[in-house]
Amino acid sequence: MLVDADFLEIGTEVLPADPLGWVDKKSYPAKLALDREKSQLTEGVVCGFGKLGGFDVALGVMDFHFRGGTMGTVVGERITQLLEGAYDRSVPCILFTASGGARMEEGMLALMQMAKTTAAVGRLMNAGNILITVLTDPTTGGVAASFAFQADFVLAEPRAMIGFAGRRVIEQTVRQKLPEHFQTAEFLLEKGHIDMVVDRQAMKPTLTRLLDYAANGRRAS
Amino acid sequence: MNIIVEREKGLLELEKRIEELREANALQPVDMSSEIRALEEKYAQIQREIFGSMTPWQKVHMARHPNRPTAADYLSQLDSFDELHGDRHYRDDAAIVGGLGKLFARSIMVIAEQRGRDTKENLRRNFGMPKPEGYRKVERLAKLAGRLSLPIVTFVDTKGADPGIGSEERAQSEAIAACLRVFSLAPVPIVATVIGEGGSGGALALSIADRIIMLEHSYYSVASPEGCAAILWSDAGKAEEAAARLKLTAQDLKTFGIVDEIVPEPLGGAHRDPGGTIARVLQTVEASLAQLLTLSAAALAEARYRKYRQIGEWGTENLRQLQDSAAQ
Repeated sequence: MLVDADFLEIGTEVLPADPLGWVDKKSYPAKLALDREKSQLTEGVVCGFGKLGGFDVALGVMDFHFRGGTMGTVVGERITQLLEGAYDRSVPCILFTASGGARMEEGMLALMQMAKTTAAVGRLMNAGNILITVLTDPTTGGVAASFAFQADFVLAEPRAMIGFAGRRVIEQTVRQKLPEHFQTAEFLLEKGHIDMVVDRQAMKPTLTRLLDYAANGRRAS
Repeated sequence: MNIIVEREKGLLELEKRIEELREANALQPVDMSSEIRALEEKYAQIQREIFGSMTPWQKVHMARHPNRPTAADYLSQLDSFDELHGDRHYRDDAAIVGGLGKLFARSIMVIAEQRGRDTKENLRRNFGMPKPEGYRKVERLAKLAGRLSLPIVTFVDTKGADPGIGSEERAQSEAIAACLRVFSLAPVPIVATVIGEGGSGGALALSIADRIIMLEHSYYSVASPEGCAAILWSDAGKAEEAAARLKLTAQDLKTFGIVDEIVPEPLGGAHRDPGGTIARVLQTVEASLAQLLTLSAAALAEARYRKYRQIGEWGTENLRQLQDSAAQ
């Protein structure tokens, strides 16, 4: 585990509704019930406050097992509450992303979570707080195009698939096979999109060092 | 194939016949005015049948109609417009048109998505799908507007951001995210109008705004209906079904509080009266600007934050109840 035992989870009372009354092969609530069983989570992100390497942090971790980590209202609201909490407490925020993008079953309300989280990120960072994102496999679409790439430090796990459009969509558009390493963390590092590729074992010490550099700079100023 | 274009064909033929009869009537001693009136009534009836109440899928096709006014048509109706080119890094993306203009004598920064009006122009403008360099131009111009204290007026019309190899290599995600950031923090009023297609993040990048206006038959969606059908059901052919479920019409989005105002279109769509439609849009934009310009930069920023902060619907009840109510 990244944080100490006394992790204070927030947003647990923010639970999914069915604003569009969505039904295809199954109803949206039925899909959610399956995801809940499969993931043992109430939604696609867990957020809260704790200590990492001695530093107070706000931490959010997305989970691909819940609706493909898609961002609907609940994911957007919980992350926004976390960012606002980090702003109120003046602590750094670390977000682990894993997402297929915006959640189709909540339509435009899902897309608007990109705007909502971005506004909260802007407010947090303008106040001088640090934001670190760690992109895990996969991070695409609406999450990639909002808070994932707005951080002070953007880290990625080895071989994680990261991009705006999905591989299938691109292949259909350009009508050619894509190279194997296209859209991997290593590809993005080479193209200059991310700061570093960090494996799971090195994650906690790396995050701790980044927090330490940043905290030191703030004390000096 | 555009289903609206197909349905219009019969109407256009009828229109031509009425016109021919009118001309003939003026030259001949035999009075044909009753035949003409009958045809006109038939015409009006068919028009009402086709356009009186349109399904979401029909609206999507109306938004994509080849003759629908594009951003350039709106820009040409400003008092003046001077285009500013390029992202200062890589190149000038023709899918984004931006620059300084005057609207009712007021200086504004205009930023628009521009699709082509024929195949040749569509190839040049990448069918209105901006690449990262396009979004970096948007970001640059939005920042410039902030520096000059000029309100930002955008026109949204895109299927979505370009999903190509080069766009991924040049960080499409980061380019869009940067636009969202700059728009959400801009110290000036922002008024966005969806004039055709509002396709996903590619449209959102130009529409974090204090006021969002939509033309009556435009659409704005989390994904294109084809994209949604491909993502959920691996079958782009189910786009019509996706369109029906996504709640992507201007009317639906007004109910959700995402859209502030809907500008009506003439029966048959904006292309039946481009001049009138564009004039109504520009007046609505001006009315919004006049209101917003009474607010201080701080009040504006706070109101914009609150506006987006409250979007979304969630429950605290347990999922079982939700499932039960859905099953009923």
